[in-house]
Amino acid sequence: MSMTPLLEVRHLRVEFPSRRGTLLALDDISFSIAPGEVLGVVGESGAGKSLTGSAIIGLLDPPGRIAGGEILLAGQRIDNLPYEQMRAIRGRKIGAIFQDPLTSLNPLYTIGRQLIETIRTHLPVSDEQARARAIKLLQETGIPAAEQRIEQYPHQFSGGMRQRVVIALALAAEPQLIVADEPTTALDVSIQAQIISLIRRLCKEHGTAVMLVTHDMGVIAETCDRVAVMYAGRIVEVGPVGDVIHRPSHPYTVGLMGSIPAMDEDRERLLQIDGAMPRLDAVPKGCAFNPRCPQVFERCRHERPDLIDAGPTRAACWLVTDGQRRAA
Amino acid sequence: MSNPLVEVKDLAKTFDVSAPWLNRVVERKPRQFVHAVDGVSFAIQRGKTLALVGESGCGKSTVARLLVGLYSPTRGSVQFDGKDTHGSTDKAQLRIMRRRMQMIFQDPYASLNPRWKVRDIVGEPLTEHGLVTDADELRNRVAELLLSVGLAAADVEKFPHQFSGGQRQRISIARALATQPEFLVCDEPTSALDVSVQAQVLNIMKDLQRQRGLTYLFISHNLAVVRHVSDQVGVMYLGRLVELADKAELFGQPRHPYTRMLLDAIPDIHMSGRARTPVQGEVPNPLSPPSGCAFHPRCPHANARCSQERPAFKAIKGITVACHAVEEGRI
Repeated sequence: MSMTPLLEVRHLRVEFPSRRGTLLALDDISFSIAPGEVLGVVGESGAGKSLTGSAIIGLLDPPGRIAGGEILLAGQRIDNLPYEQMRAIRGRKIGAIFQDPLTSLNPLYTIGRQLIETIRTHLPVSDEQARARAIKLLQETGIPAAEQRIEQYPHQFSGGMRQRVVIALALAAEPQLIVADEPTTALDVSIQAQIISLIRRLCKEHGTAVMLVTHDMGVIAETCDRVAVMYAGRIVEVGPVGDVIHRPSHPYTVGLMGSIPAMDEDRERLLQIDGAMPRLDAVPKGCAFNPRCPQVFERCRHERPDLIDAGPTRAACWLVTDGQRRAA
Repeated sequence: MSNPLVEVKDLAKTFDVSAPWLNRVVERKPRQFVHAVDGVSFAIQRGKTLALVGESGCGKSTVARLLVGLYSPTRGSVQFDGKDTHGSTDKAQLRIMRRRMQMIFQDPYASLNPRWKVRDIVGEPLTEHGLVTDADELRNRVAELLLSVGLAAADVEKFPHQFSGGQRQRISIARALATQPEFLVCDEPTSALDVSVQAQVLNIMKDLQRQRGLTYLFISHNLAVVRHVSDQVGVMYLGRLVELADKAELFGQPRHPYTRMLLDAIPDIHMSGRARTPVQGEVPNPLSPPSGCAFHPRCPHANARCSQERPAFKAIKGITVACHAVEEGRI
């Protein structure tokens, strides 16, 4: 990628101090997103996907805190900004879409009031201009009869329509980056397809970069340009979407792909990764995946691998460097 | 073909969602009913899996609850091994019937009592149905059950919060298996789980079916999972079955426009970059379902007949489908 990245995360480290010692929730996370690019972040529950998103938009729940590394938006550091300055960036430069569209809207205000308030907070426009813009945004996200629906309350919208409103809210100030945390998980498959094509289209038209957090590989395959696979607070593999899905290097990615029931082949048993993701207070020594890894060897139990080039993708696995030697 | 284990005929369930009496009188509101399930018929052969799919609110879970007797039907009948499950008033017989069918629920975080140890959770059906005589036998049986779903016998002393989602769902399965049922109703058993854990649970369910000859009714909105586990698939839309066919038929050659639409909507990891055709529109409000075929406002093949006349659910060339267009040979 020749373009300068819009978002750059370098060696991000997030800790949760607790009575029984500090828990390391994110460890040495580095990635970047170019303008107009969609980066998918996948992994099982508890891998730290959502936490990465929260850290970027500056909404880590206390006592969680950024303990190291830096986050740059268009070359400017945003991880150490005072609350008020970060507030101005949030919404203006970074938009957020959360999983449950019902809880991200205020049930007591009309859709229009929430949109107009957001627009006027970030852009120097009059009430009428903001209203016109709100209607245009709702139309753009595919809400029919936007002029009438703008006067309605969230409970009068269905799940899919609410998620469109949330997307319209996130786009209100034309942000450069959207952090979408499981935007389609609460929706039916048929509606999911509509929302995904909407995000893709808007992204293309506005040149917005998207960080898409999800556990659904199908959604990733359709939407993203690149994918980062997370496990126990670290990125274990990152690369172009086709390569990560079809030619994964890390055994965890291989297992993750094999455990998805496919539509075009018949298998009696699904490939399964035995065991479960380790708890934060009991992350194994060496590679965190080693107790569940089918190809584990001695080095994995002692030394922690970092991301290294593994053909088309980058993977954090000793097999990449030691694999050939072991096979020989 | 032998007698099916479960046979459902014209099953219907209507819920009264009217406003309170005073509001109805003062504000002149009419009574309102939701036809959650409206004339569903199917049969499941012994040792087979029937899957029901559909979007939220189509009545899948209501069918599941009607089958195990958590709701009583407004109309129609459920036959289990040749006996009517709702008509009979013989309590002893109902009790035996309930022992033979069990249910696994969607959310393993909500379906296990957080104050009970695993021993009590899995052991309750055994003592409740009088299947064990003394404490030693109970302990052995619980340990056996836990081992059969891949947990350790020592886990009996733990509470549900000490387990992950996948392990909890295994506890639910162990509890459901305690009474040695023949028929298991699984209501979205894996939709609250991560994919890798989902694979573990699906594999266990398949192994248990093979070992014990279990019959499943499997409810899911995930078509890829359905394709993996089922022998027969029924597609539901607004309380009615619109298509019922063998797995290979349904996925190979879907007939009903709604089934086609659902299949098109699945994100497929092997076709990255493919522009999928998003489904148009949304499920209508079940309080005022469209006239005629309930699917006609979203259907690309709808004509005047579809908006007036409700299509009958009948067998056409080996599959059962409710669609005028298929019947007339238009698609």
